Amino acid sequence: MTHDVSSAPAAGLDVSAAQVARSALIRRLATTIGPILISLVLAGCLLLALGVNPLSYYGFVVQRGVLSGLGLQQTLTRMAPLLFIASGLIVAFRAGMWNLGGDGQFLLGAVIAAASVTPMVQVLPVWLALLAASLLSILVAVFWSLLPALLRAYQGVNEIITTLMMSFLGVSLANVLVKLMFLDPGTTVPQTRTLAVEDRLPRLFDTTVTSGLVFGLMAIIIVHLMMTRTAFGLKLRMVGANPRAAIHAGLNVPLLTVAVFALSAGLIGLGGAVDILGIQGNVRADWNPAYGLAVIPVVFLARMNGFAAIAFVFLLSVLEIGGESAARKLGVPHYFTLVLISIVLLTLAVAEYIDHRFNQARKA
Amino acid sequence: MGTQAPTPIVTLDAVTKRFPGIIANDKVDLEIRAGEVHVLLGENGAGKSTLIGMLSGLQQPDDGRILIDGVATSIRSPSHALSLGIGTVFQHNMLVPTLTVGENLALGGRWWQRPKLAEIAERVAAVAGPLGIKINLDARVSELSLGEQQQVEIVRALLRDSRLLILDEATSMLTPHGVTELGALMRRLVERGFAVVFITHKLSEAADFGDRVSVLKLGRKVGEITPERLRAIDRDALVAEIVGMMFGRQAGEEAVSIPPRADNDERLLEVSGLEIAPSGDTPGLHGISFDIGHGEILGVAGIDGNGQKQLAEALAGQRATAGGRIRLGQQALDGLTVGARRKHGLRYLTDDRLGEGTVGAFPVSINFFLKQIGEPPFWRSGIERSGEIVARGGDLVRQYDVRTPSLATPIGRLSGGNIQKVLIARELADGARAVIFNKPTYGLDLANSLATRQRIRDIASEGMAVLLISTDLEELLSMCHRIAVISEGRLVGIVDNTPGAGERVGRLMIGLAA
Repeated sequence: MTHDVSSAPAAGLDVSAAQVARSALIRRLATTIGPILISLVLAGCLLLALGVNPLSYYGFVVQRGVLSGLGLQQTLTRMAPLLFIASGLIVAFRAGMWNLGGDGQFLLGAVIAAASVTPMVQVLPVWLALLAASLLSILVAVFWSLLPALLRAYQGVNEIITTLMMSFLGVSLANVLVKLMFLDPGTTVPQTRTLAVEDRLPRLFDTTVTSGLVFGLMAIIIVHLMMTRTAFGLKLRMVGANPRAAIHAGLNVPLLTVAVFALSAGLIGLGGAVDILGIQGNVRADWNPAYGLAVIPVVFLARMNGFAAIAFVFLLSVLEIGGESAARKLGVPHYFTLVLISIVLLTLAVAEYIDHRFNQARKA
Repeated sequence: MGTQAPTPIVTLDAVTKRFPGIIANDKVDLEIRAGEVHVLLGENGAGKSTLIGMLSGLQQPDDGRILIDGVATSIRSPSHALSLGIGTVFQHNMLVPTLTVGENLALGGRWWQRPKLAEIAERVAAVAGPLGIKINLDARVSELSLGEQQQVEIVRALLRDSRLLILDEATSMLTPHGVTELGALMRRLVERGFAVVFITHKLSEAADFGDRVSVLKLGRKVGEITPERLRAIDRDALVAEIVGMMFGRQAGEEAVSIPPRADNDERLLEVSGLEIAPSGDTPGLHGISFDIGHGEILGVAGIDGNGQKQLAEALAGQRATAGGRIRLGQQALDGLTVGARRKHGLRYLTDDRLGEGTVGAFPVSINFFLKQIGEPPFWRSGIERSGEIVARGGDLVRQYDVRTPSLATPIGRLSGGNIQKVLIARELADGARAVIFNKPTYGLDLANSLATRQRIRDIASEGMAVLLISTDLEELLSMCHRIAVISEGRLVGIVDNTPGAGERVGRLMIGLAA
């Protein structure tokens, strides 16, 4: 500390900043894509052990998830709710709040959208009914995050525990609502009334891809810009990076905490609404796609960067859509997609560790 | 006191340890000999804990050597320290409260063997008997008093064949009777040829228990009293000598220079009857009242942890008060938020530069403006204007001579002195009228300390009011117009900085009348 060996005089600052940024970006790409390739090889070994040719598995995944027109459309459609969840998680994680209650917030949003849109569409113009249902979903999801938010803001209670607990309750409540309150009397399967296909969110051009994809892309890009370019985003990041500094600087940390939870849960709840209003049309009892938990690692892989998250959400959708059909055709368990994702996470963690050690060694 | 061994058990040779932002130990030399209670005396933040950390293998020195029995050795880990015969009893006890004493002593044995409680009982009797320690091995630790728990920890260290026993702030949890007992126990230990290092910030304990006293101040060893000298002088003379070391002048510090101020009696910052309720481990404030005029520097002296931080935070608006009024010029600040007080010109420069002053991962440029987020010209309609931020940041870097590789460098990578320059630049930005400095030179090297002090003098010369909180009395004497002394949350006196002020402040600080 006494010797400022590495410091340059103040003049001529930032000459090399762009260069440094570029080499950092290249290294980041290498430490992200390298481990993904390694994971594909490792997962391939697992497939071999199961007696399946990994090349044909991956071939099916790519064929079904990207190359075939219908598959690609399914992949893009699947991205819509995932993008909303990712944007909600980015807000929370960047502000240092671990909202792990995504599944409860998502399902409650979905159920409320499904239950409210069918009566409203009878009396209101379709666009207004869709809008009102979405807003209701947001409200309910925000409400569901309020308890963890207040506990964290004013009592310092760890939100990882409370959001997870609220998530279990939320999933169960959504289920109960479907079975007891919003049951469609016209079917024997317990589910909500179904929104007619022509009343759903419009599809893009002549495809089956929902316009929810566009809304999801807009949401995640707006969130990214908000977190990186605005005063509000900087305040949230400051609360996340050093809450004591935030208090010292005069920020209202409890209020910002509640705002973060509200934004995060609202976006995730909206994701649930978009999934119902654009894709599913109704909620079946016991339906829980657990998107929230699947997206969490994706957001980490993207290092909470919105644009990177779009790419990773696409990858996740390809793996899910392609993996489902590949699993069916080759007799691989359908949860093999999850195995693959967890292998990617592990290798990325190892890569991070090696990179860190390498940096340390180079400094020493 | 036994005979002196030819080679000390442990010798520290110019040991230096740095942490991000501060120098915790600066070229400390120390000799620890068998048969001596070696007292390490110093205030909080003097570097005692870091020194212990290095001796017990928790941390490695950045420079300098540690010699064990005259051989340079690096103490790699706590278990390595134990194998070298260095046992440490930490400030907060490390026993498992739900286990019995015997089980606690058996911890650390081989995991595949049953604890050999009988064997331990035998060894405890052999170790503890001669020292006069009575231990009930079947008692649960949670049922023991803190003094008894400490004895268990001492016995545990001795069971591992320690030759050197380090007691870190060992008296902080004890009753006065427990302290006396501990003193007697230390005496018996050194009579049996052990070496004891006794860390304390209480002057009287150093005088009562020490065979050799080393005084640490801001990471440097500022003096040592040898056993010969200690035997030669009486207790009062000893206390006076230690006070001289703790608060005296050191080589290399600059001359006294109190900024001249115009004859202007107008008060700028007025505080009256400030109250804060005590909470948990922090002291409250009681009836704090003072005024600071234009261009005046009011020092606040006192042993660390007597309410200085609470005072600064209450003034800045970070901490709720239970009563009292604060006025800046014509403006009452009571009940205003941190941001509003800042706008009125009250600025607070925190002592915790990385913990709350900055966000270490954010670039230097953003850290200049953390207290102005959302304000023009750096943000317009809530949108960040990077151009404005970089331009103004570059100006401040040059103006305040911040040494940084670039504006985009995360501020956590800078040295303490340079982080301090960023904080000063931030607090002095447009419209400062009164500035609170909390330990502004803590952990800085000499050059940066001198530069910071000069900056504070300049601020006062410009007519601002300065409240300078410091545990370094020399620093206060070198520039303040008046010095207030804080003790247990009260201002116990305000002394004009005239010749002899140092003595009077020093006496107030240790609880004697001025």
